[in-house]
Amino acid sequence: MIRPEDKGLKGKEQMSRPKGSVLVVGGGIAGVQAALDLADSGFYVHLVERSSAIGGSMSQLDKTFPTNDCSACILSPKLVEAGRHLNINLMTLSQVLGVEGEPGNFRVRVRKNPRYVDPEKCIACGTCAQKCPKKVPSEFDLGLGTRKAIYLRYPQAVPLKYAIDADACIYIKKPGRCGFCQKVCPTGAINFEDRPEEITLEVGSVILALGFRPFDPSGLDFTGYGTLKNVVTSMEFERLLSPSGPCMGHMERPSDKKEPEKIAWLQCVGSRDVNRACHGYCSSVCCMYAIKQAVIAREHSESGRLSSSIFFMDMRTHGKGFEAYYERAKREGIDFHRARVHTILPAPNENLRLRYSGEDGEIKEEEFDLVVLSVGLETDPEVMKLCHSLDVELDHDNFVSTSPFTPVATSRPGIFVCGTLAEPKDIPQSVMEASAAACGAGSILHESRWTETRKKEFPPEKNVYAEPPRIGVFVCSCGINIASVVDVEEVTQYARTLPGVVFAQNNLFTCSQDTINQMVETIKKEGLNRVVVASCTPRTHEALFQETLREAGINKFLFEMANIRDQDSWVHQKWPDAATRKAKDLVRMAVAKVRGDEPLPYNHVSVTKRALVIGGGVAGMVSALSLADQGFPVCLVERKDSLGGHARKFYRTWQGRPMQDYLEELVRRVETHPEIDVQLGATIEHVEGSVGQFRTRLSNGFEVEHGVAIVAVGAESFKPRSGPWNYLYGKNPNVHTLLELDQRFIRDDEALKGLSQAVFIHCVGSRVPERPYCSRVCCTHAIDQALKLKELNPEMDIFMLYRDIRTYGKREYIYQEAREKGIVFIRYDLDNLPRVNEQDGNIVVDVIDPIIDREVRLHPDLLVLASAVRPRDDVGELSKLFKCTMTEEGFLLEAHMKLRPVDFATDGVYLAGLCHYPKPVEETISQAQAAASRASLVLSRDAVPAESVTAVVNVMKCTGCAVCTQVCAYHAVTIDKNSGKAVVDTGLCKGCGACVAGCRSDAITIKNLGNEQIMAAVEAAMEE
Amino acid sequence: MEKAKKNQWEPKIIAFLCNWCSYAGADLAGVSRYQYPPSIRIVRVPCSGRVSANMILDALRSGADGVLVSGCHPGDCHYISGNLYARRRFALLERFLEFIGIEPGRVNFSWVSASEGEQFAKVAQEVTERVRRLGPARKLVKEIDSCPA
Repeated sequence: MIRPEDKGLKGKEQMSRPKGSVLVVGGGIAGVQAALDLADSGFYVHLVERSSAIGGSMSQLDKTFPTNDCSACILSPKLVEAGRHLNINLMTLSQVLGVEGEPGNFRVRVRKNPRYVDPEKCIACGTCAQKCPKKVPSEFDLGLGTRKAIYLRYPQAVPLKYAIDADACIYIKKPGRCGFCQKVCPTGAINFEDRPEEITLEVGSVILALGFRPFDPSGLDFTGYGTLKNVVTSMEFERLLSPSGPCMGHMERPSDKKEPEKIAWLQCVGSRDVNRACHGYCSSVCCMYAIKQAVIAREHSESGRLSSSIFFMDMRTHGKGFEAYYERAKREGIDFHRARVHTILPAPNENLRLRYSGEDGEIKEEEFDLVVLSVGLETDPEVMKLCHSLDVELDHDNFVSTSPFTPVATSRPGIFVCGTLAEPKDIPQSVMEASAAACGAGSILHESRWTETRKKEFPPEKNVYAEPPRIGVFVCSCGINIASVVDVEEVTQYARTLPGVVFAQNNLFTCSQDTINQMVETIKKEGLNRVVVASCTPRTHEALFQETLREAGINKFLFEMANIRDQDSWVHQKWPDAATRKAKDLVRMAVAKVRGDEPLPYNHVSVTKRALVIGGGVAGMVSALSLADQGFPVCLVERKDSLGGHARKFYRTWQGRPMQDYLEELVRRVETHPEIDVQLGATIEHVEGSVGQFRTRLSNGFEVEHGVAIVAVGAESFKPRSGPWNYLYGKNPNVHTLLELDQRFIRDDEALKGLSQAVFIHCVGSRVPERPYCSRVCCTHAIDQALKLKELNPEMDIFMLYRDIRTYGKREYIYQEAREKGIVFIRYDLDNLPRVNEQDGNIVVDVIDPIIDREVRLHPDLLVLASAVRPRDDVGELSKLFKCTMTEEGFLLEAHMKLRPVDFATDGVYLAGLCHYPKPVEETISQAQAAASRASLVLSRDAVPAESVTAVVNVMKCTGCAVCTQVCAYHAVTIDKNSGKAVVDTGLCKGCGACVAGCRSDAITIKNLGNEQIMAAVEAAMEE
Repeated sequence: MEKAKKNQWEPKIIAFLCNWCSYAGADLAGVSRYQYPPSIRIVRVPCSGRVSANMILDALRSGADGVLVSGCHPGDCHYISGNLYARRRFALLERFLEFIGIEPGRVNFSWVSASEGEQFAKVAQEVTERVRRLGPARKLVKEIDSCPA
């Protein structure tokens, strides 16, 4: 019973409206995030993916930096969600052929290539692949392992459906020759007659999220890649580390399967390299992934003797938490060599001898077991072709061109871009841009929100409170997956004997559509009020069966699964009797548990359709406008008397775009927008409520009711008035911070032209013990200022005293330009800081130049300090008001470093801009748009779902000891001031049960997961 | 069946697995067909932080020969910090168990992520072996009939 939501559109009006659907091209993490954001905020999404499964490059990674999260673990839930979403049309094995039309009304031609397997019938049992005689190299494992001609892209693939590789399949090449898969498939899913199909989609906007491909180092003969077996790329090494990779996570080197004991990583292979006709840009992510791999490889080392060396030029650990990760790796004994390896030679035992020149210019040699090439990111030629055919402009590196002020818009209106297709970047940045692109794509279609989406309708639910349990048990054979090991007939017979069970039945495939339909009828006919399905895992199938219950008019929480496939028949193939006994135990446990289940409400919170945006800088203003342009009212609060924030002091972006012109226009738009109410000179005093229904009081007495909040309070620039980083700041008039020099640029200070020498000191107050993070923006900002000074006076001598130059991505080009223009770079480290003194009012800088190993004396008439970006001191109070958390450094902490970069753990509160971490203006803008996109998920709805499985307090037992309030990570439990008892805010509770386990009085429990119920299952396990 | 019991006693072990990592790891063991002894009875809980000392003791009291609690690796918890509470709670419980005379190795704690199917099979194998060596758990079980059938 699926129907499009009817908004009662009348003929003519409907004609002029834009389409309410969006095309997302590319099923990697960026594409999936954009699709989910759009589908959850009222748009129908066509998600087109070239390969047979979504997941992209992230699904190939073993771990992710800087948290060492398992990549598959954090990615899979998102993929499953996208795969099941009613408003996402997942089109795998498909390619976009062309896009015609204009924003709001595009026609897209798509070719669907044949899968040769009917996804409706395939149950992913894998029998076909077992029998398939044709082995080919697995592209997912980059050729290090093999797969069959009929295959799953990877074990957790979404959709979890096999596909036939037509280029490898024996039958397709010569019909009649093989066809084993068709013979053994238990559901008849194989269809050799499948043919390509061309279809036309009508959408309002398009998002390109086509990702990257790793640079192929075969052409770089100095690496020996392709001839020396033990030289691998970083992507190949990810697969070697992965537990689902070709060597099951036992790190083995390709030549002899021996565990390597000495590994070298070579940075910048194919990046920052114009001499060898590679790429001039920096690939941004390689420094961090190399450190990550070095750390993880040690964990994998069974001998425990692994030594890891990283050979690099500049260590670029410029993201949140990255510098601390680097420091930890150094402490843990990873060797970092500032050197570029020029030759890799074969050595005995298939080892490799590296020849490199150290910083002192001396040639050194060292032998390793395995060499990992940290290859950069580049655009796939196929993708370039597609972009050309779509009239989307590429830059000279073949990334999609964007502007700093519209970071996700392409040259063609209505087509947006996100992720590594626009510039190499890490996962959080890609996810952020994905949400920003969703915001852009949704904005132009906002009047057509909910016009093309579908909604599932269910019959009213039967009240089962007064009824004794009438449990139905459905035991699945899963073809032969379960039945070949477990005696399913015996299990079904046994289920009938269990207390409360009135019906039990064995099915060949319980999840097939006809069995599902039959199950609905059975529930009605037998008057069942609780259901157990004994089959596969609830992680993939619970939602499906719960929906079946709802279709039969039963509350979906009156359901349990017994996992007799993944956790029984598949893992005890050699012990059929014991597996059958275990299946009975599992069914008995599920029946015991379901007996105590109660119907739970589908909780909802109605939404106040207004956003509160805190902070009137660029981040706050962009968020406010992005929401207001979609018709959502916004209250924008700024503590100062005017809008603009830090950007007021900022001269231009590194691409040379003047900041003040942009800012003026932004302020004008905010101030004149009918949906934005600006509250100047005000701060936040008090906040109550939760997602959907906040009520906030400002310091000026104004009260605002809002459904969501965006925190964009910015940061401050560090002013080294005293202490070790002082460098005459505030003492000599010719010592400036970066922003102070920017202000002289803004007012066209003629005096700058007359300067003869300028010195910049980098990392002033960053990457030091009291502020151990990198401020990300200063290298680029300082180099751009040096170039500006050169524009004003080409004769000026300029010296940059730096620790590592971190001009990541395309910013690398201004570093190259600076060196071409004769700007001198001198590296210093914390043991040899530059010394700054005054002689007769003139500045004197002494620094040791490590290249010539001599002290150099400089006499600048301008000294610029690239000082740190530091968090604001009052962020702590604000974060407490909204129950958000902070990092040790004092920046605000997002819900998840990788995949939820603009959400807080508190629902309905989002963050953007410098309060999250230092970042340049283009990233601030995309994060602000992303925050608006996430906020629109709530604002576009009349009500938002709340967790049903939540904690409840028995006030008779509660002693008010407050342990529960301390262990709750979501601040969902508080002690009521009047009663002195714990109270749960069900809007905040996630149902994890930490409070239940912590309660010393047994006063708090989780609905349907109480101690009694869990123990009923445990006790049932022990009965025989 | 009776014969098998006499020849090799098969322990029964209750495994409390968190939904997001270890339960998924156990599923992956199945998908990858890693074999392990059929001694483990898995109870799915939202988070290892949901598992209280009482639940572990109750499991032993109901006759379980061993208990396994497994959650996400530190830092991976779906609920931010639940697995860390579990770890702390377990550290305390371990000493209590020793005090009341429960042999070390009967109650086990591990981290298994959603991508560690083989690791889960290995843990299941190891825990089973450990408990098998210890023999049936009778410390917390009241037996009315002391002679087994």
